[in-house]
Amino acid sequence: MAVVAEQLDSVFGALADPTRRAILARLRRGEATVGELAEPFNVSQPAISRHLKVLEHAGLIARTRRATARLSHLRAEPLREATVWLAGYREFWEESYERLDELLAALQDEAERETGRPPTRGRGRRRGRRKS
Amino acid sequence: MTEMQVTAQPGVPQVLTSREFDAPRELVYRAFTEPDLLVQWLGPRKYTMTIDRYDLRDGGTWRYVHSDDAGNAFGFHGVFHGEASLDGIVQTFEFEGAPGHVSMDTVTFEESGGKTTVRTNSVFQSVEARDAMVESGMASGMSEGYDRLEDLLVKLVANA
Repeated sequence: MAVVAEQLDSVFGALADPTRRAILARLRRGEATVGELAEPFNVSQPAISRHLKVLEHAGLIARTRRATARLSHLRAEPLREATVWLAGYREFWEESYERLDELLAALQDEAERETGRPPTRGRGRRRGRRKS
Repeated sequence: MTEMQVTAQPGVPQVLTSREFDAPRELVYRAFTEPDLLVQWLGPRKYTMTIDRYDLRDGGTWRYVHSDDAGNAFGFHGVFHGEASLDGIVQTFEFEGAPGHVSMDTVTFEESGGKTTVRTNSVFQSVEARDAMVESGMASGMSEGYDRLEDLLVKLVANA
């Protein structure tokens, strides 16, 4: 569990930086050299290299050599783990909140029926209405 | 309706969420604090929620159980802290399957233009405790989590 948490920390830490996210986005289209990755940014190649080291440490990219060029490419597995990690929590709340949307809509319809038009007495289910 | 945002920063024992609702905050607050309304939405649909106690006062306690058709039951309990109001509710939260692991949850309601943004802030005792809590609901979310990988990548691109 501690190992997983540590990996997640480095994944989230790596994703927290906009330049590194942009690098990952670029690598979705295929492998690239440091020079190619530095091109769209107003930063030096050594700075990009430092970002690549962080991404590599997090397992988000792998680097290989071809002739003299070092090529970086995307690795999806840690990203998958990071998404799955929060998925159950997110799902619990998303489903709850969808139900809450429906409840709030029903409560507002009910209030509209009671105030907007002549009240349809005794028909709608009247829920307990305690003033907090 | 804005999509729910969930934030869990590395190294910080905290989870933040925010979500907008198309209703005034008085109504959203009622849905959070009236037991007969709360049971209608809190938790996945497959669970039936039963509230044992819900004493919304400073020092008051709450307890509810989520149960499913297969006979599984999950109990949760905690204590309210301070005076709950439209500005927010503070309470502790403990899953009875992991006694002693307590989070402190704050929920706030902000209204703007007839819509209400609900924010939650859960603070855990440690990063490990947070991760264990977040992971505990993982099995059911597994497949969807895999499906969301592509969404995450699309967002990374959009935000780049």
